[in-house]
Amino acid sequence: MTDSYNVLRSTRASRIGSIIGLVLFIVLVSFPTWGDRATMRLLVEMFYILALSQMWNLMAGYGGLVSVGQQAFVGLGGYMLFLLTIHLGVGAVWTVPLAGLIGAVVSLPVAFLVFRLRGHYFAIGTWVVAEVFLLGFAQIKTLGGGSGLSLPVSVVKSIASSRAGRDSAIYWTALFVVVAVIAIVYFLLRSRHGLALTAIRDSEEASNSLGVDNFRAKLLVYIFAAFGTTAIGALIFLTKLRISPSAAFDINWTTTVIFIVVIGGIGTIEGPILGTIIFFLLREPLADFGSWYLILLGTTAVVVMLKAPQGIWGIITHKFDLRFFPVQRRLELKKDD
Amino acid sequence: MIEWANTIIQGILTGGLYAMFAAGLAIIFGVMRLVNITHGDLIVLAAFIAMVVIETTGVNPFVSLLAVIPIMFVFGYFLQRGILNFTLGDDLLPPLLVTFGLSIVIQNLLLEIFSADSQRLKAGSFEVMSIQLTEGLSIGVFPLVIFIVALVMIIGLQQLFNRTRLGRAFRATSDDATTAQLMGINHKHIFGLAMGLALILVAIAGVLMAVRTNFDPTVGPSRLLFAFEAVIMGGLGSLWGTLIGGIILGVAQNIGAKIDPGWQILFGHIAFLIVLVFRPNGLFPRTRDD
Repeated sequence: MTDSYNVLRSTRASRIGSIIGLVLFIVLVSFPTWGDRATMRLLVEMFYILALSQMWNLMAGYGGLVSVGQQAFVGLGGYMLFLLTIHLGVGAVWTVPLAGLIGAVVSLPVAFLVFRLRGHYFAIGTWVVAEVFLLGFAQIKTLGGGSGLSLPVSVVKSIASSRAGRDSAIYWTALFVVVAVIAIVYFLLRSRHGLALTAIRDSEEASNSLGVDNFRAKLLVYIFAAFGTTAIGALIFLTKLRISPSAAFDINWTTTVIFIVVIGGIGTIEGPILGTIIFFLLREPLADFGSWYLILLGTTAVVVMLKAPQGIWGIITHKFDLRFFPVQRRLELKKDD
Repeated sequence: MIEWANTIIQGILTGGLYAMFAAGLAIIFGVMRLVNITHGDLIVLAAFIAMVVIETTGVNPFVSLLAVIPIMFVFGYFLQRGILNFTLGDDLLPPLLVTFGLSIVIQNLLLEIFSADSQRLKAGSFEVMSIQLTEGLSIGVFPLVIFIVALVMIIGLQQLFNRTRLGRAFRATSDDATTAQLMGINHKHIFGLAMGLALILVAIAGVLMAVRTNFDPTVGPSRLLFAFEAVIMGGLGSLWGTLIGGIILGVAQNIGAKIDPGWQILFGHIAFLIVLVFRPNGLFPRTRDD
């Protein structure tokens, strides 16, 4: 007996999208050779914010783990950059993957604590942990205590001797990180683990009854997000060259990411991309308005959550059936049967 | 020795304030199953409303409560009916993300209106009066009053929940909103009243906090964390538990501050994490959180 259906794993949009993506990638890779410095810096910022958003989205949108304490790992990554370069002589760019590994290790005891808090309370528990990190790092005198420290000139020079060289090196690192994060999330979600996560997102009870180990799946997502977020943290402070506890463990890292994901569309890969673009498009003209920008973003996020919880990308896919990153399996009946 | 006794007594009294923060959060969770991330910012909002009332009328902070309490009650009722009721359901994301968004909005609105300056409400000589217990050990009258208010508040809430028609409606709706509806209870209205009630507690806590310590628009989140830690340490569903949780938090913070001022808040968080490791359901759990 033959199956009377095909399992579709790509869409026309995804095939066109992969061509557009490839072109975009080539444009972005070559950017340092022809683009200007200010735009390059803006792109770097967009890359790391997008990467952070993808990590948070994987956790909240698929794993159902709403953390408001991811700044714990951003800050940890930042401090690992300083610790590894200054005290252990690790090359600055290599601290990015190393910091990720450290973040994954640190996330184990943290998960042991916060996973004791179910559902809603998990969110606030992660925030407490982030505060503990902030207050704890402020006590470490060799890392500058409460006032922080700067990356020594020798370390900065070791990235590349010229300023343009450094800018390019950091730019390519950031581009590599964001592309890697999106690729890993995409292939993870297309794998059987992704299927398990999607099942958990849709119904915890049902996925459990079909043999998915919910706890294990969530723990893995949490550890993976910690890995990514800590690595991104090291990258962020590589662009800033200066760190302090209040900047490293700033709740705004998480706030920004939550607004981006919610407005763009939670539980999709395209959503955070769209959200990041919107965030930066609005930020440029509204930068002078300070708090009003956050008030506008907060209000928009609340309205989106109430009126269109799937976000802007959700509205688009609903209207046009457009999927650039098809992670779902769709069944198509065979006509000749 | 006497110094440590002093530290612990001050900590217990501070715990009264934290219990007040926590009681509001506990009611909101108990009735609506909603974790309100805006809680801390609402405490700060109440303090700023009191400040405006005092500046325009010249009354004492405690008298300002006559205005702040009804304002916060009405605000809470409409916040629940206008926004938060629409987030309730099986999905965890909407209530968390909506209250998180509101928290950022309220914080930044307060920042725009009142600036980032540190504020304090003045209650006159009452603030600094103290009772001498023994040689070298005295307790402030005002912290003692706060503690007694917290006690009265918890006893009052207990009576309200156990003895009154409204309390019965709260409990019924909390247990099963659909069945309560069949019995003629409008659960949306009940949720509105529960949020209003919680914000009455927030109003009282906010004004007392504002007399006791400096505040500015950014201190809300840390008040949320204190409230949350007190609720979890005490045990979910137990009002007396919030008092015990508040006291543990207050004592831990004061011990930390005594060792090194930089450790005050850190010690409170660590006490919370220790309780979480050994008693994940809190010290006096009444309901399981699921």
